[in-house]
Order: sequence, then C-alpha cells, then structure tokens
Amino acid sequence: MSEVRTDMPAEELLDEAEPRAESRAAIASPLRLMWWKFKRHRVALWSGYFLLFAYLVMATAGFWAPSTPNERSRQLYAPPQWVKIIGPEGELRRPFVYGYEMTRDLNTLRPVYTRDESQIYPIELFVRGAEYKLLGLIPWDVHLFGVSEGYIYLAGTDSFGRDMFTRLVYGARITLSVGLVSVMLSLVLGLIIGGVSGLYGGWVDSVTQRVIEAIIAIPTIPLWLGLAAAVPRDWPAVYQYFAILVVLSLISWTSTARVARGRFLALREQDFVTAARVYGAGTGRIIRKHLVPNIMSYVIVTITLAIPTIIIGETALSFLGVGLRAPTVSWGVLLQEAQKIQVIQFYPWLWIGPALCVIVIVLAFNFVGDGARDAADPFSK
Amino acid sequence: MGSYIVRRVLQMILVVFIISMVAFFVIQLPPGDFVTSYVSSIAAGDRITQDAILALRQQFGLDEPLLMQYFRWITNVLQGNFGLSFQLQRTVGDLLAERLPLTLAITIPTTIFVYAVAIPIGIYSAVKQYSVGDYLFTFVGFIGLAIPNFLLGIVLIYLSTRYFGGNVGGLFSPEFENAPWSVARVLDMSRNMALAIIIIGTSGTAATMRVMRGMLLDELSQAYVETARAKGLSEWRLIMKYPVRVAVSPVLSTVGFTLPAMISGTEITATVLNLPTTGPLLLNAVKSQDMFLAASIILILSVLTVIGTFISDLLLVWADPRIRL
Repeated sequence: MSEVRTDMPAEELLDEAEPRAESRAAIASPLRLMWWKFKRHRVALWSGYFLLFAYLVMATAGFWAPSTPNERSRQLYAPPQWVKIIGPEGELRRPFVYGYEMTRDLNTLRPVYTRDESQIYPIELFVRGAEYKLLGLIPWDVHLFGVSEGYIYLAGTDSFGRDMFTRLVYGARITLSVGLVSVMLSLVLGLIIGGVSGLYGGWVDSVTQRVIEAIIAIPTIPLWLGLAAAVPRDWPAVYQYFAILVVLSLISWTSTARVARGRFLALREQDFVTAARVYGAGTGRIIRKHLVPNIMSYVIVTITLAIPTIIIGETALSFLGVGLRAPTVSWGVLLQEAQKIQVIQFYPWLWIGPALCVIVIVLAFNFVGDGARDAADPFSK
Repeated sequence: MGSYIVRRVLQMILVVFIISMVAFFVIQLPPGDFVTSYVSSIAAGDRITQDAILALRQQFGLDEPLLMQYFRWITNVLQGNFGLSFQLQRTVGDLLAERLPLTLAITIPTTIFVYAVAIPIGIYSAVKQYSVGDYLFTFVGFIGLAIPNFLLGIVLIYLSTRYFGGNVGGLFSPEFENAPWSVARVLDMSRNMALAIIIIGTSGTAATMRVMRGMLLDELSQAYVETARAKGLSEWRLIMKYPVRVAVSPVLSTVGFTLPAMISGTEITATVLNLPTTGPLLLNAVKSQDMFLAASIILILSVLTVIGTFISDLLLVWADPRIRL
C-alpha cells in the first residue's frame, strides 16, 4: 500500500500535461494507475476520506466522546437534545442545549421529558472531563466538546442513563475494527488458498473449488449462527471478540480466494512469468515479485466490498444475541435493544443511532468499492 | 446436454458431501459432546444416572473415532433420521417438517420478486443512462444495499406501530390468529408475507439491478446494436430482442449467490418479524447449543440451495445456447 502516495509528482503530470504523463504511465505500477483513476471518481474519493476520518475517530474514541461508555446518570431514556443557537427570548447565543424536566406518564410509568428553558448549558470545546486513554495508551481528560454544568446527550440516553453518543463513538471501535481485522484475516486465507489452487491446478484445484462452492452455497447467517454457537458464553470479552473475528472470516475468504485463483491462473501463463522462471527465479520469488503485485488491485476491490458484509455480519450476529455481548460496546450490541418492541416504539433513538451508523459506513464502503472496481478495470474509461 | 447433467450431478453430490462435513463440524464444535450439554440441560429438573449417560454415549457412538461418528450420523440423515432436539424433546425431522414449508414459501417468491423487479429497473436505468430516473434508482439501489434487512424490518415495525397503529410481525394479525381458515385469513396471511418478501428482497433487488444495468450498458455500446438501429428496427424491439437477451443470462446465473442470500435474509428477518420459519428455531437451537437441530437446519437449507441453483443452471443452459456445456 505504500506505493499509493498522494505526493507523487507524476499524478499532477497526468492531470495537467497529458503527453508527458503518458511516458510516466508506462512505468507506473498497477496500483498507481488504479489510484489515478480512482481519484476521478468524486463520490468514491470523498467516501474514502470519510472512512479515513471514521477510522481516526475510532482510534481516538475517548477524545470525540463527551463521556465514557459506562458512565450512568439520573436521566434514563432521555431523548436526544438539540443544539440551539437561538435563546428563549429569540437572542443569538453561543451553541447550547436545554436541560430536561422529567415527569412520568401515570398510565405507563414511562419517563416523559420536556424541555426546561430555564436551564441553559452552553457547549464548550476542549473541556476537561472523565479520564480516558488515548489510543489505549496515553491517559488524557480533554474532550472535543462538553458542558461544564448540566449534561449533554446529543443522541439521548439508554435505560441506565448512559450517553448514547458516547456509546456510538466507542461502538465504532469494535464494529469498525472487526470489519478491518476480519477482512485482513480472510485476505491472508484467501490469498494462500486461492494462490495454491491457481498455481498448482490439478486435483488440488478441483478440491479447493468444490470446497469454495460448498461454502458459498451455505446461507451465511445460518452458518455464522452455527459457528458462533461454539463460542463459550463465559469467555472474557476479548476472547469472544477474536472468536467472532475468526467466525466471520472463516466464510468471507472464499471471494478473495476465487479472485486470487482466477488471476493466478491467467498470469502464470504470461511471458514475464516464464521469463522470470528462465532467469532462475524460485516459485516464492515469482509469487512475491511478479504475481502478487499484479493481483493487488483486484484484491483491494474484493476486500473493500467484503468489509461491509463483515460489518453487517457482526451487527446481525450481535443483534441476534449470539455475537458480541454487553459489556462490550459495538453497534450490533447497541442494536440488541431493538429486540424489545417497547424500545422500537417508544425510545427510537436507541436503535436509530446505531442503525444510521451502520448504514452510513456500509454505504461509504460500497461507494469506495464501486470506485475501486471501476479503477481496477483496465478497460474502463 | 446429457453429459453436462451427469457432470453437474456428480459435482453437486461432492458439494453436498462437503456441506455435510461442515454441518457435522458445527455439531462437533461446542466444547464437550452433546451428551454433556444434554445432561446439563436436564440437570435442573430430574436427575440422570451415570448408566443412562453411558447408554446415551453408546447409542450415539460417541466413544468411536470421529470418522465413524460422521458415518453413523450421515447414514441416519440419509434415512431421514436427523436426530433429536434435546431442548424441545422432539425429533428434528418433525420440527423441520413443521417449519421448512414457510421458509420456502417466503424464499422462493422473494427470489422471483428480486429478478422480476430488478431486471426491468436495470433495463430502464441502462437505456436511460444518466436520466433523473437512472440517478434515482441508483441512489435507491445504494441505500437498499446498505440497509441490512433486519434493520429494515425494525424500521417497518416502528413506522407501523407509530403511525398506523397497526401490528407487524407474526404470520397473522391478532384477530385472525386462531380463526378458522377463510378468504379473509388467507388475505391477512399474504399481506404479512408480502411485507416479509419486500423486506428480504430489497437488498437483492438493489444488487441485481446494478448488475443488470452494467451488463446491458456493455451490450448497448456494441456494434450490432448500431447495425440493427441503422436497419430501422424500432428502438423498443431492438433493445428487447438483442441486447437484453444477451445481458439477462449472466444476471440470471447469479442465482447461486442470490439464493443463499435470500435464505439468510429470510432467517434473520423472520426472527425480527416473528415468523414461524426455521430461522427462530435455528436461533434458539444455537443459543441452547442444541447442535443436532442447528446442524440439520444448516444442512437442509444448504442442500436446498444447491438443488435450487442446479435447477436454475439447467434452465439457463436450456434457454441460452451460448453457455458452454
């Protein structure tokens, strides 16, 4: 991936001086060619930037969240507060939120929150608050935003009065990392199995192909459920996390393997591979230096399109209660609340938040994957 | 054609064999054998003697090597004996007979729905590329692809309870739950099933119409289209008669991916909408590590998928002579 750099002078040349760019393009690696094409796909490019930002937020969750995920408060099931800049008398103020006044519905005993216009909590930037560990290492207590008096719940609170916004930010840590790590795992599996299958051919290839066909024919959710059943309930959260990672990648390697096999089959007959062999290069060297760089663009497309599937998989498994479990905070775990019909009906912010997060991230990955697919196709304009 | 069918059948048998090994692997996965989980599941109630445990172990051949256990299991399965659900104390075969028909009654219409909706939209989008309609469908397609179907189910439950005061979920509305069969009851059931079909079919439709659009766009830029146009064929007949027929065949051949996805979708959506398919049954089986039941459901769903794909492949070969036998 280190070859995809934005500071290459060559790409400027491609945009501005066509004739000279052509000679540059002649020596550009497939990945660089792909990047040049990808950049012209605006939606994909901006989705890519958005995803980079999302992963940055994920890595530094404590800073972006005003609270910590398990901090309880007295405001149970409070709906989201709106950020206002017009005060109660119509005057312009710095951004603030109103406090709540809670009463109970006497019939259902559900809490009912009304806006209390006498309580105004101005939003401050870079406030000191609960301590957290930046990147899991550096203790710090500065949060991007917060209030010094009162409370701020931009996405409402749950049954324990925990801030949903904070939990969403922390949930991203698990959900997004599951997607990435699991795809890397399936990438390694897929490259090795697909590569061996494509390079050796013969009965190895036939058996591998049948195994892949069998796995593709098994409906994913049922198989995931079956495999997830084996994860012991009393395992610590970290073990469960890795177990789910493995379960998800045990199925998703097939798409990478198919791509790798197909490309290897096509490439091993090419002249440059024969030339390398004639020069006495070993199989390992040919794979590393000649084959893998040539299939990288296809592999990138496959994995960007596989990540959303994995993210939806984690969400679905956790939602059904067989994936990750509380106290782990992931978007799927947050969605478990939506198993209760009362929550769906009366506290919609508890599931709309995580649902929107999942949809937006999956959408962004699909756009990037689409752009990458167009860019990887040497015949597309 | 004959030799093609034979080859495909042999391939299919091999695939089914591998699937059965995967299913058996799933049975073996949980720590301890299933007699341990059986014992722990009934330990709360009555007591079980060591002798009884030993007898159970022998009955299921748990002391034998893994390979023998597999053969014992697969022979039983081939004879239609799927084993026992410990939790429900019934044979797995009975439970499957009860739940499987509804799974199929939802999956098959959904698959037809997906292609019936996606192909016309794909054709429209390709023919009117970059029109308002094309952008609209592209947008809807991307959104449809990004919303997992169980979330769509939740949204639907929310909207109907909130704004329509209706009730979603279950196969029947409450007033028909225990009513005798009548026209109104059938209508009520089809309404609930139609809802499920739309929820499950959305993402498949979104994906398929993108593929159809792409395939047809490739065809539309071919020279033969221009030739036909130059010869004065009407635009509608020209498109439907040549490029669409060429483009539709690879789209239909994606059924091998669509079918498992539809079954997956049916199972998870059924747990949200509380439909009595194999989905909720599987989820419960998995949660209580009732592994014979879980593995049998996985096995039977997968085998049905393989058969479905096989049939559709045969139809495709029959319909499109260009496919190499």
